[in-house]
Amino acid sequence: MALKIVKSQCTVCGACEFECPNAAIKFKGDAYIIDAEKCTECEGQFDAPQCAAVCPVPNTCVPA
Amino acid sequence: MSATLIPISGLQVASRKDMGEAMAQGGGCSSGSCGSSQGPADMDPETWAKVKDHPCYSEEAHHYFARMHVAVAPACNIQCNYCNRKYDCANESRPGVVSERLTPEQAARKVLAVAASVPQLSVLGIAGPGDAAYDWRRTKATFDLVSKDLPDIKLCLSSNGLALPDHIDEIVAMNIDHVTITINAIDPEIGQHIYPWIFYDGKRRTGIEAATILRDRQMLSLEMLKARGVLVKVNSVLIPGINDDHLIEVNKAVKARGAFLHNIMPLISDPAHGTHFGLTGQRGPTGAELKKVQDACAGGANLMRHCRQCRADAVGLLGEDRGQDFTLDKLPEVIADASEARTAYRDWVAEERRDRAAAAAQAEATVAETGKSTLFAVCTRGSGRINMHFGKVTEFQIYEADAEGIRFVGHRRADNYCLGGHGDKARMDEILRVLEDVPYVLCSKIGAGPKKRLAEAGIEAIDGLAQDYIETAIAAVLHSKTARPGRTAESA
Repeated sequence: MALKIVKSQCTVCGACEFECPNAAIKFKGDAYIIDAEKCTECEGQFDAPQCAAVCPVPNTCVPA
Repeated sequence: MSATLIPISGLQVASRKDMGEAMAQGGGCSSGSCGSSQGPADMDPETWAKVKDHPCYSEEAHHYFARMHVAVAPACNIQCNYCNRKYDCANESRPGVVSERLTPEQAARKVLAVAASVPQLSVLGIAGPGDAAYDWRRTKATFDLVSKDLPDIKLCLSSNGLALPDHIDEIVAMNIDHVTITINAIDPEIGQHIYPWIFYDGKRRTGIEAATILRDRQMLSLEMLKARGVLVKVNSVLIPGINDDHLIEVNKAVKARGAFLHNIMPLISDPAHGTHFGLTGQRGPTGAELKKVQDACAGGANLMRHCRQCRADAVGLLGEDRGQDFTLDKLPEVIADASEARTAYRDWVAEERRDRAAAAAQAEATVAETGKSTLFAVCTRGSGRINMHFGKVTEFQIYEADAEGIRFVGHRRADNYCLGGHGDKARMDEILRVLEDVPYVLCSKIGAGPKKRLAEAGIEAIDGLAQDYIETAIAAVLHSKTARPGRTAESA
């Protein structure tokens, strides 16, 4: 139950990092990654995963 | 990129005249007159104090002062159909494009380096490549660092307005006097064709709902900023067939809410940019279409006509970009500020401005007698003077002289982004095309060949007025032209 970021698609804008209600997204090395342990897919928190909702590139924050 | 700003050494001059000469050699603002074409006599002292050194807010200022953008804010909360967030390019000049993104610490270092070698620097702006108000943590961190090191540099930011109301108090507390909001529509029926989605209050929203929320937040931002004395410039992208007629309504609406300046810019659209508009064949407006909309807004909010639609990492005077000279790898290890150079430069500008204003007033009085409207294409690298070689010019400043006086009416590019490889003939053809309705070219020098080609097209190139103030030169040309019919009449 977690999302992942498709690195080749990511623009590294970081919007997902501060929208994530679980602080599950961090910038590591040269990319943003989702900590699967912390990710809840925003279940019970929002209608849809916040990272995917704010991401400017389609199909970049996807189910792991 | 060819024009260089005067180095610090150029400021160690004994007199104002020397400074003027250093400016003429070293380059400077490569643009004409602009924006709010008002000077100190046309606005209250408090407003003039805010805009007088800001090249984007004052016609006066952009002859003399440079701005820089630092690309620290890549995150955005909306999608616009003219924007492709994956596109970065070092060779293209348009909003949203950058070649390197910076952390707030890197950005502060870069600002310090530019300030130390560009005494014209007066403004630091954050204009993306995302949204400066949405990516607020990075924007604020950058401003905090810069204002500590360089208290004399003005701060400004650009936003779509959606997140702005959340940060108004901090903006005021940080002494940010200038905020730009991009407003392309006030009717959500039209807005929905420009914004495919917004992210607001934990949800991605589309269609009329998205356009309505965005519009309401933009109007709220404008009203809140106005109430707190922050000057607001509204940017609108002119998209033919979508919002061209509507921008007149936008102009009225933003004027009613106290916008200081309205900047109507042409859509830049190309399939290669990968934007929605680019890929669907939506074209940008022609120069004439842009001017028509701008002219139709007369009497509404003041129009900015000198915008060069610069990159989110631009450095320098409007119309030039030295961003590539200040990439991270080129920054020196140790940077010592030279605030005394900026102070010296600003003192020089104050005197120069008084002179130019006096010269312009005198020239206008002369022109007022001649009556009929005439266009002039001016080759200038700044300071309000004729000081550029015809062969070096990438854009002409177009001035109009008539019974009302002499004023800047726009710039016309002669290189149009990419003419590389087409050779001089193509460039000359392009110049003749953009100057079709312009009878005079004023430049510091011109070769015999180009002069002849211009003459064949009915355009007179005049290089005998080099270094004169633009208004003085225009008045001199008109005076010499109108004097002749006068003599004919006498002898008849």
